[in-house]
Amino acid sequence: MNYSFEFGEVLAELPYLLGGAAVTLQIVFVAFFGGAVLGLFGALGKVYGPRPLQRGINAYVVFVTNTPALVQIFVLYYALPDAGILLESLTAVVLALTLNSAAYLTEIIRAGVVSVRQTEIDAALTLNMGRLQILRHVLLPHIARTVFPPLSNFFIWLMLGSSIAALFGVEELTGRAINISTANLRTIETFLIVAVIYVALTLLASAALAFLGRRVFGIRERLV
Amino acid sequence: MWERVWFEAPSFFTYHNAIFFLEAAGRTLAMTAAGCISGFIFGLLLALARQTRGPWLLPLRLLAVGYVELFRRIPFLVIVFIVLYAIQPVFPDASLFVIATIAVCLVATAFLSEIVRAGLESVPQQQIDGAVTLNFGPLRTLWYVVLPQSWRVILPPAVAFAVMFIKDTSLASHIGVIELTFSGKMFLNRGFSPLLGFGTVLLLYFAMSYPLSRLGSYLEMRLAPARRS
Amino acid sequence: MPLLDVRNLSCSYGSEKVLRDVSLSADRGEVVSLIGPSGSGKSTFLRALVGLEIPESGTVTLDGTVVDYTQRRSVRELRSRLAIVFQQYNLFQNMTVLDNVTIAPVRIQRRPRAAVDALAKELLGRVGMGDKLDAYPSDLSGGQQQRVAIARALALEPEILLLDEVTSALDPERVNEVLDTIRRLTGEGITMLLVSHEMAFVREVSTRVVMMDGGYVVESGPPQQIFEAPTQGRTQDFVSKILKH
Repeated sequence: MNYSFEFGEVLAELPYLLGGAAVTLQIVFVAFFGGAVLGLFGALGKVYGPRPLQRGINAYVVFVTNTPALVQIFVLYYALPDAGILLESLTAVVLALTLNSAAYLTEIIRAGVVSVRQTEIDAALTLNMGRLQILRHVLLPHIARTVFPPLSNFFIWLMLGSSIAALFGVEELTGRAINISTANLRTIETFLIVAVIYVALTLLASAALAFLGRRVFGIRERLV
Repeated sequence: MWERVWFEAPSFFTYHNAIFFLEAAGRTLAMTAAGCISGFIFGLLLALARQTRGPWLLPLRLLAVGYVELFRRIPFLVIVFIVLYAIQPVFPDASLFVIATIAVCLVATAFLSEIVRAGLESVPQQQIDGAVTLNFGPLRTLWYVVLPQSWRVILPPAVAFAVMFIKDTSLASHIGVIELTFSGKMFLNRGFSPLLGFGTVLLLYFAMSYPLSRLGSYLEMRLAPARRS
Repeated sequence: MPLLDVRNLSCSYGSEKVLRDVSLSADRGEVVSLIGPSGSGKSTFLRALVGLEIPESGTVTLDGTVVDYTQRRSVRELRSRLAIVFQQYNLFQNMTVLDNVTIAPVRIQRRPRAAVDALAKELLGRVGMGDKLDAYPSDLSGGQQQRVAIARALALEPEILLLDEVTSALDPERVNEVLDTIRRLTGEGITMLLVSHEMAFVREVSTRVVMMDGGYVVESGPPQQIFEAPTQGRTQDFVSKILKH
């Protein structure tokens, strides 16, 4: 093995790669918060909704969490044009990741919802709170506390998972790595540096989430 | 869209294509199984390395911790690329299947090591004291006392992890492993309706993943409360 | 020459000294009891003796041979001649009662299975557990588990039996069944080191009593001396407080 590593050319592209990291973060934020909103309603529907709604949500969650996100994106990307809907690749990827996250987050948030004790809801009802008030003042704070650790783990997981956007030509971190490596042919070096950026990115995110958890929710758990 | 599916269905659902899909699904399962089983063995070794004592083994512990922390923070796709370009120049004959399986193993080692570690740590110290004073060496303590008591804690999350990897191996299609997702792309390229091709692929993934994830939740329900304390 | 001779044993948890120059010896067939307030180092002494805690200084001599706790072989040799019964029984949760008793003689001492099985059944019968051979520890009461633990220790055919507060974790009505078991053993001439808070029992079975406090040996002597005419103030305090109960 006489291969000599040459990181110079790749390091020259560092600003370009870090720009890709910013795109990665954008994708992750949109998919995470979109998925969390859908997941919250999904979880509430699965716990408190009428039976047919519960069944429907359950079927969605089970199907989406048991199939690969990549193939889900393929379906959105290739099959929707057949139905007359043309999506740009970034839109298709973000939409698919959001819908995919919604399924996982429904399960995570549902676990938080069912951990709310009926006595707390009864107490709120005797205070004459309306449904939305109960949701805002009783359910959400409790749910937020219990689901914060698994939610944080999912956020990190989504940061890694979002790299599949590269396979659809989206110029996020991995996508830009592919672009560089096809130009400079320093593939190994490029991906090693990108790996380091991912490690740094997720470490930063872990630290930020741990800080947030301590400050806002008083959680002292060690996060991934 | 649906007319097209209806129209193409007879030429799509042929015996030949069915065999092709099943073989591809088999490759997906084989990659997952080989990667996760080898990953479990290496993960166990890493977890054991982290349990060693003594200052002279500190580098070993740091290495184990570093490996686990790193490989859980790099996307599987990036690892696939790195393994591909690291192995191909040295072993030009290495099959893409082997390369993808090595990538699965590398990641599985990190995740399963954490799962195994949680399992090993769930065994109370008194059990180990008991074994040590009966003159059990480290290996016998592990084999007769620690492992039999920790598999209840290890198995449910390990199965959940395997389910995750059935799905993640779909990324191996990108480097050209003819697994399930790749076969979906092939039918797309042959001009079949994407809904037909990828719909079938989705259903086949579901057929593999769903029973396993049910098994995972069954094991969790069955084993967790039955822990003898 | 005493069977076990401990000289100036010291031991620390971090910066805290839990054993300070403890010396103690036991002749063959003796029952030596360690008494003293909680945290006085009695249990640590037993744990250090079997190598679960690393002694900082001092020598342990067993049957004329000095034990080197840094040498695995020396510790193995020591452990093959001692057996310890813990406060929390420490029975293997994944094995039946019979397997708990037979595993070490068969797998570690390499004694023939048939002979070990017969011995184990006899020992379990003697501690009143002969009808529970196939039960798991989690199916048994604390007192039953402790009697199995005693049988497990005896199956090793040890020269010295160490008993570490074996009745402390038990419900009061279970204490006597375990004490009866030990009382019968003392009649058989086995050498014992006993840590216990059961003063009446200690006084009845011991040939010698060692009073410990703060990691030191305060005084030692025959039970009559310790309980009726202690020479040290701390022993007097401790004995009078305990006996008042």
